[in-house]
Amino acid sequence: MHEMSLCESLIGVIEDQASVHDYKRVRTVFLEIGSLACVEPEALRFSFDLVTRGTLAEGAALEIIKVTPQAWCFACGRTVTVQQRFNPCPDCGGYRLRLTGGDSLQIKQLEVD
Amino acid sequence: MVQIEQDILSKNDGYAADNRRFLAARGVLALNLVSSPGSGKTTLLVRTIEDLEAELAPAVIEGDQQTSSDADRIRATGAPAIQVNTGKGCHLDAHMVGHALEGLPLDEGGLLLIENVGNLVCPAAFDLGEAHKVVILSVTEGEDKPIKYPDMFHAADLMLLSKVDLLPHLDFDVERCFALARRVNPRIGMIQVSAKSGAGLDDWYAWVRAARQMAQAGRQSISAAV
Repeated sequence: MHEMSLCESLIGVIEDQASVHDYKRVRTVFLEIGSLACVEPEALRFSFDLVTRGTLAEGAALEIIKVTPQAWCFACGRTVTVQQRFNPCPDCGGYRLRLTGGDSLQIKQLEVD
Repeated sequence: MVQIEQDILSKNDGYAADNRRFLAARGVLALNLVSSPGSGKTTLLVRTIEDLEAELAPAVIEGDQQTSSDADRIRATGAPAIQVNTGKGCHLDAHMVGHALEGLPLDEGGLLLIENVGNLVCPAAFDLGEAHKVVILSVTEGEDKPIKYPDMFHAADLMLLSKVDLLPHLDFDVERCFALARRVNPRIGMIQVSAKSGAGLDDWYAWVRAARQMAQAGRQSISAAV
């Protein structure tokens, strides 16, 4: 349910940046979402359409760039790819992993007028 | 096309950084207590406040969608408490906590306990400016909750396994639960407690005292730098 407030934060960032980058309207929002970020892309899309109404991003498209999670395995001493937080290292089967990417939730770029 | 490269949560994180500075300057240890509804958070909180009141002067921020009944329970102990109603919201955010801090009497070097909305999903993503998230899991819930709600157990530094006085009546496998939590978060600490019998509370209080010493050391280094 917090996708709605995430979208409100997203609009907040877009409105703040409007004066910095001097744009009046947003056509596309490119959003990077790690698959371990606490967010459900479909719920985000739904909220995005509602929250953007009456803002400078009204009617804008939402392009979601998905990022595969990566973790540092202390046993192997290298970066590996994982699917879930509780998955073991695909090489050694151990759980001494530290996530190094894949939980991002970031606006990458905007197509604007 | 304009490059932004900004986290969606950057606004929240900015407020959280303000809260963290405010708390650090006063040497206050802030803990963000998270759990599902009905884990016994408020009961554990009331017991903790009663036991540590003289020593740590705890203050409380209570998050719930509606009602002030939890803040009322806390105030009955004599500790200052502010209730934040999130309305339709499913979590506290750093802005709400910042407002609450303005109205809450906090002792220098004291303890701030933030009881988040009962929800194992959304509060994981929102930094409030706390020193640690503490997740409370009761033994009447499933032992596999750490992997069902991995984000929260990953975000927490300590897991309190509550209501352990009920263990003789249940099939809850404590070791398995701990092992699953460590899979999600190898750094997580774990303490078994019962607010009813008092079991494990001394370990919990020892953890709080150690964390508070770290907060105090942080303040000393801030004032030394100034």
